[in-house]
Amino acid sequence: MAFFMQQVVNALQRGSFYALIALGYSMVYGVLMLFNFAHGDVFMVGAYIGFFVSSGLLALSAVGFLSLPTGVTLALVLVLTLIISMLLNSVVGMLVERIGYRPLRGAPRASAAITGLMIGIILETSNLALLGAQRRSFPDLIPGETIHVLGVNITPKKIVIVAVSLLLMFGLHLFVRRTKWGMAMRAMAYDYVVVPLMGVSINTIALLTFGLGSALAAAAGILYGVAYPVLDPYMGVLFGWKAFVAAIVGGRGSVLGAGLAGFLLGFIEIFVAAFLPSTMRDLIAFSIILVILTFRPHGFFGEPYSAQLRL
Amino acid sequence: MTLLRVDDMTHWFGGLQAVSGYNVAIEPGQIRGLIGPNGAGKTTVFNLITGRYRPTEGHIFLDGQEITGLPPHKIASMGLGRTFQNLRLWRHMTVLEHVKMARYSKITYGLAGAFFGTARRNREEDDIETRARELLELVGAVDWADHIVTNLPYGMQRRVELARALAIQPKILFLDEPTAGMNPEELVQMMEIVRLVHEQLGLAIFLIEHRMKVVMDLCEVIQTLVFGQVIAEGTPDEIRNDPRVIEAYLGKEVMA
Repeated sequence: MAFFMQQVVNALQRGSFYALIALGYSMVYGVLMLFNFAHGDVFMVGAYIGFFVSSGLLALSAVGFLSLPTGVTLALVLVLTLIISMLLNSVVGMLVERIGYRPLRGAPRASAAITGLMIGIILETSNLALLGAQRRSFPDLIPGETIHVLGVNITPKKIVIVAVSLLLMFGLHLFVRRTKWGMAMRAMAYDYVVVPLMGVSINTIALLTFGLGSALAAAAGILYGVAYPVLDPYMGVLFGWKAFVAAIVGGRGSVLGAGLAGFLLGFIEIFVAAFLPSTMRDLIAFSIILVILTFRPHGFFGEPYSAQLRL
Repeated sequence: MTLLRVDDMTHWFGGLQAVSGYNVAIEPGQIRGLIGPNGAGKTTVFNLITGRYRPTEGHIFLDGQEITGLPPHKIASMGLGRTFQNLRLWRHMTVLEHVKMARYSKITYGLAGAFFGTARRNREEDDIETRARELLELVGAVDWADHIVTNLPYGMQRRVELARALAIQPKILFLDEPTAGMNPEELVQMMEIVRLVHEQLGLAIFLIEHRMKVVMDLCEVIQTLVFGQVIAEGTPDEIRNDPRVIEAYLGKEVMA
């Protein structure tokens, strides 16, 4: 039982990353009917931005810029890192939209897909060129002793990661449901032609959608860095693809689906690895996904031939 | 002063001249009709004026300001509302949300207001909702306000589209075949609603219609468009008896 619960905790953490990234894929698809294949690399850029912001903040506090108890400082650094990096990475996402996708509006779908892949490669290789091949180790922002609850090992890291992820997802839910921008995003998912007739610029909403998705990807990157403190320029590739698969399984354009499927993928991966050789993890996890898609080709919350953004 | 003026508008789709030398001047409060056989370019004229396409040549003025080539959202917010021939509603959104969406640019509360439900946000939302319900009342769809739009009968969906177009508070409303696909009963109701909207809100209306009865009953001035060119313009009576119009609709042999 304790072993089982331990896996649940691990799966929740892993699922958090997938869910946060998958949301970005799904939102963009819902609003613009295209998959931003650079999104995995936007996650990587977010992790790096988080690395530099947190290192910078820690350096500031080390020279006595802030004289607070260590715990408080670290918490403050984490919060500030999240906020600043999410803002900066949303600018990155908006640039990707503005430079990469806007000129292609109305172009064949394949052009946008190819552009996405190219932007991804540009982000990876420019990282490599600018920062070098050595891996960066993310500062430990959430130290603390492992807590034992009924034989389950829970680290403060895991609690914070899952909590922050859920909080951000709830925030996105409120945004989509309650703000005028969210309302415009939903309207665009159903029929974008009418949206300008309401006096709303499609380009603004497109930028906003990319910005939001990239902000969530930055949060995922930082939380990932906290959990597995090794960053490299290609970290976004496999992770991005997996989150993309989660977005498909959740149903293209469905925000709720992307979140749930992200967690589902986390659970499948962790439980496969718990009971079978870990080298078989991806093989089996994606075989399961394949079976799911055979029976639900549009994913859990997807509709045939149409995009939608639902929460 | 003329509310909408189009001077010498021409549009090419590649090698095809879809609209040629089109002119129109619509006065405030006027109802004007645009008729013509299928493929004459009526909807293209609408798409050009509303900014979906940019005209190859010509100038468009709304309320004295040139709007040629402006993006559709700018033109809309300057006071041009529009409905579509085939319904363009947002499946899975409620009727009320449709009308609220049209108030988008008027919403001033931001993130904090939306997330924490501040007093200002609630006041604004209440205000928007009251106005939205008033408009739905006007088109006779208020009973459906909280329903998902796809669950409404067809005629009701068209009314929602009309209410949504009205919610941006247009000075001029473009209706693209508002009675398309309606049964006779729905048609009569829709005509009544258009008349009522016109009386109550005093806006100008530019109407594309296929059914002669509708245009003849509603419009003060009618244009006939054939192959992208206006072949006749006048009062319903003049249009009804114009040999060129009859020819365009019925063919030459009938005339002989």
